[in-house]
Amino acid sequence: MADTQLLLGLSFVLFALGLVGVMVRRNALVMLMCMELMLNAVILALVTFSLETATLSGAVLVFLIFVVAAAEIAIAIPIVLQLSRQRSSLDVEGYDRLKG
Amino acid sequence: MTIDQLLVYFFGACALLGGVLMLVARHPMRVALALISCMLSLAGVYAMLGVHVVAVFQVLIYVGAVMVFMVYVIMLLDVRDPSFVRRYSHLLLPGIVLGALLAGALGVSAMRLGGPVIRPVAGAAPSYLVQPFSVEFLREYWLHFELTSVLLVAAVVAAIAIIRSGRRSDG
Repeated sequence: MADTQLLLGLSFVLFALGLVGVMVRRNALVMLMCMELMLNAVILALVTFSLETATLSGAVLVFLIFVVAAAEIAIAIPIVLQLSRQRSSLDVEGYDRLKG
Repeated sequence: MTIDQLLVYFFGACALLGGVLMLVARHPMRVALALISCMLSLAGVYAMLGVHVVAVFQVLIYVGAVMVFMVYVIMLLDVRDPSFVRRYSHLLLPGIVLGALLAGALGVSAMRLGGPVIRPVAGAAPSYLVQPFSVEFLREYWLHFELTSVLLVAAVVAAIAIIRSGRRSDG
Protein backbone atom coordinates (compact mmCIF):
# COMPACT_ATOMS: atom_id res chain seq x y z
CA MET A 1 0.00 0.00 0.00
CA ALA A 2 1.12 3.52 -0.71
CA ASP A 3 1.13 4.56 2.91
CA THR A 4 4.07 2.33 3.73
CA GLN A 5 6.12 3.80 0.92
CA LEU A 6 5.12 7.30 1.93
CA LEU A 7 6.12 6.79 5.56
CA LEU A 8 9.39 5.16 4.54
CA GLY A 9 10.08 8.05 2.19
CA LEU A 10 9.37 10.54 4.96
CA SER A 11 11.72 8.65 7.25
CA PHE A 12 14.48 8.62 4.61
CA VAL A 13 14.09 12.32 3.90
CA LEU A 14 14.20 13.15 7.61
CA PHE A 15 17.33 11.03 7.99
CA ALA A 16 19.00 12.81 5.09
CA LEU A 17 18.02 16.19 6.55
CA GLY A 18 19.58 15.21 9.87
CA LEU A 19 22.76 14.03 8.16
CA VAL A 20 23.01 17.25 6.16
CA GLY A 21 22.47 19.19 9.38
CA VAL A 22 25.30 17.39 11.15
CA MET A 23 27.64 18.06 8.23
CA VAL A 24 26.64 21.60 7.42
CA ARG A 25 25.91 23.44 10.65
CA ARG A 26 28.66 24.98 12.79
CA ASN A 27 26.96 25.08 16.18
CA ALA A 28 27.70 22.02 18.34
CA LEU A 29 24.26 21.99 19.96
CA VAL A 30 22.53 22.22 16.58
CA MET A 31 24.61 19.27 15.39
CA LEU A 32 23.43 17.28 18.43
CA MET A 33 19.83 18.12 17.64
CA CYS A 34 20.30 17.02 14.04
CA MET A 35 21.52 13.69 15.39
CA GLU A 36 18.27 13.46 17.34
CA LEU A 37 16.43 14.07 14.08
CA MET A 38 18.26 11.12 12.53
CA LEU A 39 17.24 8.93 15.46
CA ASN A 40 13.64 10.05 15.00
CA ALA A 41 13.78 9.09 11.34
CA VAL A 42 15.03 5.62 12.31
CA ILE A 43 12.17 5.30 14.81
CA LEU A 44 9.67 6.18 12.09
CA ALA A 45 11.16 3.50 9.81
CA LEU A 46 11.02 0.94 12.64
CA VAL A 47 7.38 1.73 13.38
CA THR A 48 6.53 1.47 9.70
CA PHE A 49 8.20 -1.93 9.37
CA SER A 50 6.63 -3.09 12.62
CA LEU A 51 3.19 -2.23 11.23
CA GLU A 52 4.03 -3.76 7.88
CA THR A 53 5.15 -7.10 9.27
CA ALA A 54 2.57 -7.06 12.09
CA THR A 55 5.20 -7.96 14.65
CA LEU A 56 5.97 -6.35 17.95
CA SER A 57 9.76 -6.40 17.79
CA GLY A 58 9.97 -3.13 15.86
CA ALA A 59 8.10 -1.29 18.60
CA VAL A 60 10.33 -2.93 21.22
CA LEU A 61 13.39 -1.72 19.31
CA VAL A 62 11.89 1.76 19.40
CA PHE A 63 12.00 1.60 23.19
CA LEU A 64 15.62 0.57 23.15
CA ILE A 65 16.31 3.54 20.84
CA PHE A 66 14.61 5.84 23.35
CA VAL A 67 17.03 4.59 26.00
CA VAL A 68 20.00 5.01 23.67
CA ALA A 69 18.89 8.56 22.86
CA ALA A 70 18.60 9.43 26.55
CA ALA A 71 22.05 7.98 27.25
CA GLU A 72 23.51 9.78 24.24
CA ILE A 73 22.14 13.13 25.36
CA ALA A 74 23.32 12.51 28.94
CA ILE A 75 26.89 12.01 27.74
CA ALA A 76 26.98 14.47 24.84
CA ILE A 77 25.72 17.48 26.79
CA PRO A 78 28.53 17.36 29.41
CA ILE A 79 31.07 17.05 26.60
CA VAL A 80 29.62 20.11 24.86
CA LEU A 81 29.59 21.96 28.19
CA GLN A 82 33.28 21.19 28.74
CA LEU A 83 34.18 22.20 25.19
CA SER A 84 32.31 25.46 25.43
CA ARG A 85 33.89 26.18 28.81
CA GLN A 86 37.39 25.66 27.40
CA ARG A 87 36.89 27.55 24.15
CA SER A 88 34.07 29.83 25.29
CA SER A 89 32.43 29.12 21.96
CA LEU A 90 30.04 26.59 20.47
CA ASP A 91 31.61 26.86 17.03
CA VAL A 92 32.97 23.47 16.02
CA GLU A 93 35.42 25.10 13.64
CA GLY A 94 37.16 26.55 16.69
CA TYR A 95 37.75 23.11 18.16
CA ASP A 96 41.01 22.55 16.33
CA ARG A 97 43.13 21.15 19.11
CA LEU A 98 42.71 17.61 17.77
CA LYS A 99 44.06 18.64 14.36
CA GLY A 100 47.48 17.21 13.53
CA MET B 1 -9.48 8.97 1.58
CA THR B 2 -10.48 8.95 5.21
CA ILE B 3 -9.86 11.63 7.80
CA ASP B 4 -7.24 9.37 9.43
CA GLN B 5 -5.20 9.23 6.26
CA LEU B 6 -5.49 12.96 5.80
CA LEU B 7 -4.22 13.50 9.33
CA VAL B 8 -1.26 11.17 8.70
CA TYR B 9 -0.35 13.22 5.62
CA PHE B 10 -0.83 16.47 7.52
CA PHE B 11 1.38 15.41 10.44
CA GLY B 12 3.96 14.00 8.04
CA ALA B 13 4.10 17.31 6.19
CA CYS B 14 4.49 19.13 9.51
CA ALA B 15 7.37 16.84 10.47
CA LEU B 16 9.04 17.50 7.14
CA LEU B 17 8.60 21.23 7.57
CA GLY B 18 10.13 21.04 11.05
CA GLY B 19 13.12 19.13 9.69
CA VAL B 20 13.70 21.71 6.96
CA LEU B 21 13.35 24.58 9.45
CA MET B 22 16.04 22.96 11.60
CA LEU B 23 18.55 23.45 8.80
CA VAL B 24 17.55 27.03 8.09
CA ALA B 25 17.02 28.53 11.54
CA ARG B 26 19.82 30.64 12.94
CA HIS B 27 19.50 30.55 16.72
CA PRO B 28 19.79 27.15 18.48
CA MET B 29 16.58 27.85 20.39
CA ARG B 30 14.64 28.11 17.13
CA VAL B 31 16.28 24.90 15.95
CA ALA B 32 15.16 23.25 19.20
CA LEU B 33 11.60 24.51 18.72
CA ALA B 34 11.58 23.22 15.13
CA LEU B 35 12.82 19.83 16.36
CA ILE B 36 10.15 19.76 19.08
CA SER B 37 7.42 20.49 16.54
CA CYS B 38 8.87 17.79 14.26
CA MET B 39 8.82 15.26 17.12
CA LEU B 40 5.27 16.20 18.13
CA SER B 41 4.12 15.78 14.52
CA LEU B 42 5.79 12.38 14.40
CA ALA B 43 3.96 11.48 17.62
CA GLY B 44 0.77 12.50 15.84
CA VAL B 45 1.67 10.22 12.94
CA TYR B 46 2.24 7.32 15.36
CA ALA B 47 -1.06 7.98 17.13
CA MET B 48 -2.88 8.07 13.79
CA LEU B 49 -1.23 4.79 12.78
CA GLY B 50 -2.52 3.22 15.99
CA VAL B 51 0.86 2.78 17.67
CA HIS B 52 -0.25 4.59 20.78
CA VAL B 53 2.51 3.39 23.09
CA VAL B 54 5.25 4.79 20.89
CA ALA B 55 3.32 8.05 20.46
CA VAL B 56 2.95 8.49 24.22
CA PHE B 57 6.60 7.73 24.90
CA GLN B 58 7.71 9.95 22.05
CA VAL B 59 6.00 12.86 23.78
CA LEU B 60 7.03 11.87 27.31
CA ILE B 61 10.66 10.89 26.76
CA TYR B 62 11.73 12.82 23.70
CA VAL B 63 9.85 16.07 24.05
CA GLY B 64 9.38 15.92 27.81
CA ALA B 65 12.86 14.87 28.87
CA VAL B 66 15.47 15.04 26.11
CA MET B 67 14.35 18.27 24.48
CA VAL B 68 13.60 20.04 27.76
CA PHE B 69 17.15 19.18 28.82
CA MET B 70 18.42 20.53 25.50
CA VAL B 71 16.47 23.76 25.88
CA TYR B 72 17.90 24.24 29.39
CA VAL B 73 21.42 23.81 28.04
CA ILE B 74 20.75 26.30 25.25
CA MET B 75 19.58 28.84 27.83
CA LEU B 76 22.61 28.02 30.00
CA LEU B 77 25.05 28.60 27.14
CA ASP B 78 23.39 31.67 25.75
CA VAL B 79 26.62 33.29 24.65
CA ARG B 80 26.81 35.52 21.65
CA ASP B 81 28.48 33.04 19.44
CA PRO B 82 30.02 33.43 15.98
CA SER B 83 28.19 30.26 14.98
CA PHE B 84 24.89 32.10 15.42
CA VAL B 85 25.78 34.57 12.70
CA ARG B 86 27.56 32.26 10.27
CA ARG B 87 25.31 29.23 10.29
CA TYR B 88 27.05 27.01 7.80
CA SER B 89 30.52 25.56 7.66
CA HIS B 90 32.57 25.30 4.49
CA LEU B 91 31.06 21.84 3.94
CA LEU B 92 27.74 23.42 2.88
CA LEU B 93 27.79 22.45 -0.79
CA PRO B 94 29.18 18.89 -0.44
CA GLY B 95 26.85 18.30 2.50
CA ILE B 96 23.76 19.28 0.57
CA VAL B 97 24.86 17.27 -2.48
CA LEU B 98 25.52 14.20 -0.32
CA GLY B 99 22.20 14.57 1.49
CA ALA B 100 20.30 14.91 -1.78
CA LEU B 101 22.10 11.84 -3.17
CA LEU B 102 21.31 9.83 -0.03
CA ALA B 103 17.66 10.89 0.00
CA GLY B 104 17.38 10.12 -3.72
CA ALA B 105 18.94 6.67 -3.40
CA LEU B 106 16.82 5.75 -0.37
CA GLY B 107 13.70 7.15 -2.04
CA VAL B 108 14.30 5.11 -5.19
CA SER B 109 14.74 1.99 -3.08
CA ALA B 110 11.51 2.79 -1.23
CA MET B 111 9.64 3.24 -4.51
CA ARG B 112 11.03 -0.05 -5.76
CA LEU B 113 9.36 -1.82 -2.86
CA GLY B 114 6.16 -1.59 -4.88
CA GLY B 115 3.64 -2.52 -2.28
CA PRO B 116 3.95 -4.77 0.71
CA VAL B 117 6.81 -7.11 -0.11
CA ILE B 118 6.98 -8.09 3.51
CA ARG B 119 3.96 -10.19 4.12
CA PRO B 120 2.40 -9.94 7.56
CA VAL B 121 3.15 -12.93 9.71
CA ALA B 122 0.24 -15.30 9.97
CA GLY B 123 -1.82 -14.92 13.09
CA ALA B 124 -3.44 -12.03 14.83
CA ALA B 125 -1.91 -8.59 14.36
CA PRO B 126 -0.33 -7.38 17.59
CA SER B 127 -2.11 -4.79 19.63
CA TYR B 128 -0.26 -1.58 20.32
CA LEU B 129 -2.46 -0.55 23.22
CA VAL B 130 -0.60 -0.02 26.45
CA GLN B 131 -1.66 -3.09 28.42
CA PRO B 132 -1.22 -5.84 25.80
CA PHE B 133 1.98 -4.23 24.61
CA SER B 134 3.55 -4.03 28.04
CA VAL B 135 2.53 -7.59 28.94
CA GLU B 136 4.08 -8.87 25.72
CA PHE B 137 7.11 -6.59 26.13
CA LEU B 138 7.96 -7.77 29.63
CA ARG B 139 7.22 -11.40 28.83
CA GLU B 140 9.35 -11.68 25.69
CA TYR B 141 11.92 -8.94 26.00
CA TRP B 142 12.54 -8.64 29.76
CA LEU B 143 16.26 -9.33 29.33
CA HIS B 144 16.67 -6.45 26.89
CA PHE B 145 14.67 -4.24 29.21
CA GLU B 146 16.99 -5.07 32.11
CA LEU B 147 20.09 -4.60 29.96
CA THR B 148 19.03 -1.06 29.12
CA SER B 149 19.37 -0.24 32.82
CA VAL B 150 23.03 -1.25 32.60
CA LEU B 151 23.42 1.13 29.65
CA LEU B 152 21.77 3.94 31.60
CA VAL B 153 24.02 3.38 34.62
CA ALA B 154 27.06 3.43 32.33
CA ALA B 155 25.83 6.70 30.80
CA VAL B 156 25.35 8.31 34.22
CA VAL B 157 28.81 7.22 35.38
CA ALA B 158 30.34 8.51 32.14
CA ALA B 159 28.59 11.87 32.47
CA ILE B 160 29.88 12.27 36.06
CA ALA B 161 33.38 11.26 34.94
CA ILE B 162 33.36 13.85 32.15
CA ILE B 163 32.27 16.62 34.51
CA ARG B 164 34.89 15.63 37.10
CA SER B 165 37.72 15.45 34.59
CA GLY B 166 36.78 18.91 33.34
CA ARG B 167 36.93 20.27 36.90
CA ARG B 168 40.35 18.74 37.44
CA SER B 169 41.75 20.33 34.28
CA ASP B 170 40.34 23.70 35.36
CA GLY B 171 41.86 23.75 38.78
